[in-house]
Amino acid sequence: MPYTAERPIPRPTPEELRAKIPGWGVDLDPKDRPSFPREQRGIPTGAHWDFPERQEEKWPRERSVEHKFLTPVFGTSTPPKGVSGAIRKYAYKYSEGRAAHWLLLIAGDRVDAWESHLRSFGTLHPDNPITETGVLSEFKNRGMASRWGRKRADTKHQWMDPIIVAGPWLLVGTGVVLALKGITKATRKTRR
Amino acid sequence: MRAMVYRGPYKVRVEEKDIPRIEHPNDAIVRVTGAAICGSDLHLYHGMMPDTRVGMTFGHEFVGEVHEVGSSVENLSVGDRVMVPFNIYCGSCYFCARGLYSNCHNVNPNATAVGGIYGYSHTTGGYDGGQAEFVRVPFADVGPTKIPEWMDQEDAVMLTDALPTGYFGAQLGNIEQGDTVVVFGAGPVGLYAAKSSWLMGAGRVIVIDHLEYRLEKARTFAHAETYNFNEYDDIVVEMKKATDHLGADVVIDAVGAEADGNLTQHITSSKFKLQGGSPVALNWAIDSVRKGGTVSVVGAYGPMFSAVKFGDAMNKGLTLRMNQCPVKRQWPRLFEHIQNGYLKPSDIITHRIPLEHIAEGYHIFSAKLDDCIKLIVTTV
Repeated sequence: MPYTAERPIPRPTPEELRAKIPGWGVDLDPKDRPSFPREQRGIPTGAHWDFPERQEEKWPRERSVEHKFLTPVFGTSTPPKGVSGAIRKYAYKYSEGRAAHWLLLIAGDRVDAWESHLRSFGTLHPDNPITETGVLSEFKNRGMASRWGRKRADTKHQWMDPIIVAGPWLLVGTGVVLALKGITKATRKTRR
Repeated sequence: MRAMVYRGPYKVRVEEKDIPRIEHPNDAIVRVTGAAICGSDLHLYHGMMPDTRVGMTFGHEFVGEVHEVGSSVENLSVGDRVMVPFNIYCGSCYFCARGLYSNCHNVNPNATAVGGIYGYSHTTGGYDGGQAEFVRVPFADVGPTKIPEWMDQEDAVMLTDALPTGYFGAQLGNIEQGDTVVVFGAGPVGLYAAKSSWLMGAGRVIVIDHLEYRLEKARTFAHAETYNFNEYDDIVVEMKKATDHLGADVVIDAVGAEADGNLTQHITSSKFKLQGGSPVALNWAIDSVRKGGTVSVVGAYGPMFSAVKFGDAMNKGLTLRMNQCPVKRQWPRLFEHIQNGYLKPSDIITHRIPLEHIAEGYHIFSAKLDDCIKLIVTTV
């Protein structure tokens, strides 16, 4: 009980714990813990420079305005392009402390996905939501048995995932079909 | 080369990409021989992490063989088998000089609040990751280490993130002899955090999750008491009862951004991306720990705001400790623990899939099919 000074529930003795659990207490002394203290000077890192040589900047690399300059090393995956690229570059005008920065980046991500899907339809390797979502593993890897009667909390919202993935595709598909129907109808009327 | 490529939320595929090139004199190119999907990769997969670009290759848990080295690399040679920590870091900035490798200031132009991580969006620097046949490894003299002869490759993969992060989480708890430690989350990091808590002298370790098969693993692998939060009306009250109403001395959040247990929190973060993460486990941690206790956070959250119960944390006088794990600092001690037989990291691996089937691997891991705990991706 916390209402009196003593610790409420007695613990097993160290001997009992050592007998039950291999290695119990080997890091009991904080000095044996590698991250104690959290900040330590003088750990050899392998660095043989005071400031690293600079990597070549091959396009104007977007960077946080909280940095004094472009970091000497950076990733070169997927440079910004298209509308999403413009949104992302704009987002970097705001500091990391501003919600606008992150919300614009998330908006850029959604636009990027759509741009990329549309672009893929002009290639020999268009996006395929069946293979890319890996949904066929539901049949190979006990999809029903993994959920049924399992007291899982995530089954309350997993039904939303197919809607999130397929919903926009179905909406756009329906829109395209309706638009084509409308055009066909209008063309027929004009011919008459 | 073949590489996993992100195609938008819930969609990935394998594509042909160019083999990465040396872009800095201290780069190495590593041919990947084993990789893993991490629980935090699911935040990217679900589209939660800002600036996750279509075309990026994920993967920050990998080992491999050095294929090429830059002109200034001194410590590695072509052909060396290496394990690569998930942190990309320079070894010389203000933070690295103090051992805070995960907070390096010289590798991530996109954000100052985060260090560099392989294959983890542009918010962590825009580096392609290791779920591919080859990967660029910056600062080859600093991050990677040769895999010891005695070490199993799958143990080495687990040492690149999950095991050190769990071990680090237990250290952040400042555990003292006899402490009651509660771990939220029985995924790989939670299991390792529970196991590590005993090494630091815990008197009692309790693991909480909603997946029975993972709780079973927590009982057998980590010798823990377990609770399925979905069986109780209020897991916080249950933890108070379990500790005679004192609360736990230390609580570790090993869940992070996609925590279940509160539908509103989960949907606003995971589905609608309006929060940096669903702080259900974090709020439960704050409410389950005793006054004056410590909450350790190693579950990953996005950079946006989250609805955290900060008032309770303040009123209870809690110590909140958290960080991305500086992996390489943990390795010497973890190597000893493995050699002494206290830890067998690969015991939690449940699935092994070839790179070609990675889309199904992500779905299995994300939807928790087939009692999946940890999934290894093979590229050779």
